[in-house]
Amino acid sequence: MQPLDQVFVVLKHWLVNHSPTATQPAVSILLTIFPILLVFPILFALTTVLERKGLGRIQNRYGPNRVGPLGILQPMADAIKSLTKEDIVPSSADPAVHFLAPLVLLAVAFLPYAVLPIGRNMIAANLDAGVLFFFAIGAISELSVFMAGWSSRNKYSLLGAMRAVAQMISYEVPLLLSSIAVIMAAGSLSTVEIVEKQATFSGIFPHWYVLTPWGLAGFILFMIAATAETNRSPFDLPEGESEIIAGYYIEYSGFKFALFFLGEYLGMFAISGLGITLFLGGWSAPFSFLTWVPSWIWFFAKLLGLIMGFIWVRGTLPRLRMDQLMNFAWKFMLPMALVVVVSAGAWRFLPHGVTRWLVSSAFIAFSYVLLARGVGTRNKIARRIYRFAE
Amino acid sequence: MAESAGAERMSVPFLILAAVTLASACTAMLLRGLVHCALALAVTFAGLGALYLALGAQFLGLAQLLVYVGAIAVLIVFVILLTRGGETAATLLSPAPPWVLGILVSAAIFAILAWAIIHSSAIHSVGSPASPPSIRQLGDVLMQDYVLPLELIGLMLTAALIGAVIVAMKEKQGTE
Repeated sequence: MQPLDQVFVVLKHWLVNHSPTATQPAVSILLTIFPILLVFPILFALTTVLERKGLGRIQNRYGPNRVGPLGILQPMADAIKSLTKEDIVPSSADPAVHFLAPLVLLAVAFLPYAVLPIGRNMIAANLDAGVLFFFAIGAISELSVFMAGWSSRNKYSLLGAMRAVAQMISYEVPLLLSSIAVIMAAGSLSTVEIVEKQATFSGIFPHWYVLTPWGLAGFILFMIAATAETNRSPFDLPEGESEIIAGYYIEYSGFKFALFFLGEYLGMFAISGLGITLFLGGWSAPFSFLTWVPSWIWFFAKLLGLIMGFIWVRGTLPRLRMDQLMNFAWKFMLPMALVVVVSAGAWRFLPHGVTRWLVSSAFIAFSYVLLARGVGTRNKIARRIYRFAE
Repeated sequence: MAESAGAERMSVPFLILAAVTLASACTAMLLRGLVHCALALAVTFAGLGALYLALGAQFLGLAQLLVYVGAIAVLIVFVILLTRGGETAATLLSPAPPWVLGILVSAAIFAILAWAIIHSSAIHSVGSPASPPSIRQLGDVLMQDYVLPLELIGLMLTAALIGAVIVAMKEKQGTE
């Protein structure tokens, strides 16, 4: 094995072995958790700059370019600003829940990283049911969003929280179903095993699930649902600025707002990490002749690629309306995800060769055309009728 | 020897989790605001899930988190908000009879459960606890031995879902 690939693992073992015997378990735990608590917030800081610059480029303006060279120190300025701002709690708010909501959100945002393999042998907790753990933790974040929206005692924040919870519940279904296809194919709920199944090569091509017909469809569904889960544009109705100001975190200022911001981006990274693990082969190299590159570099390269996709989508697509959002989830995403599961089953049991490619693709193409047409004819795009304004 | 060592190692996390679960359950009973109660109840559910995890029942623990915290607690909260119970108008403490009744019912349920657990064969027969079943084993059993009950439950849940949608639709037509 290349030394660079395992450098962090070796370093951790060395440090643990050189600490006093009594503290070894604690040191080991700390050395596992600390990098996660360090790397992903740094990635968050980097992403805020990248996002603002990327959006600026898409919208034909400069973006941040004043703090430091090329505006790269902007997150430092943002951090200082949010630390020094006054923390205002509305007098009618529920103080305990209002205080707890950002903390719960942040804790829940960090937990899923425990089961993400960010490199070969680099996982905090190799659970038997890693994928299930991820979704179980994700379910708690809905409650923290509700806590924030309800405790602020503000109509807009409550509306935003209700929208967020409804959206998260609706899009969790296709998210889970498209993951189930991968779990069926890999025959395991363990994230490590799922990645190892994909890290083999035939010829120069890897066995990533995204390179199968059902995997491609599943990956697209997964990423759409992930965008909705993390309340990113075009699914950012819960915080739609033009309608309900900022949704569930209107009444948060200063550092609590920064914590919400951090939690949201951490959630986005985590769910992208799960998408990479399930569909894009985790830390494995895209071609067999590139396996000499350290595994963790591949993981973060894929992660940055997906983040770039998120930024691009945010800069390109307009926000959906609430009914469009729900129709899309229940009338298109859910049936499509079920078809992906069936297609993955067909793929699993048909013999290797052209037939299973054809059958699996036919399933998806046929139902896509049918569903898209069904959704399309129901809601014909017509001239908008203004009821209340001329 | 090995067992007692294992039990001792378990005891600190177990005590913490048990304390959190019990405390939040008491909080859920004692608080006045219904939303506060629901949130405390969610902590109880999460504590129970963590207890299952500590016992090595991964699937059960995570399913508990996913279903109870992710779905049931959210459902309770929604119901409270939609039925206008979430307003903090301090509800008066209920008069004595329901209190007494509640204590009686919970004591009876506790007695029945305790009696069942003490007299069950599982608690006496096991000398050294077998390793908890893996998720693969659980899946195999569900999909082979218990596939008929599983499908029946699925059918029932689907029927309930469709029924709920129909009820909701009728109500909507009535109001318009």
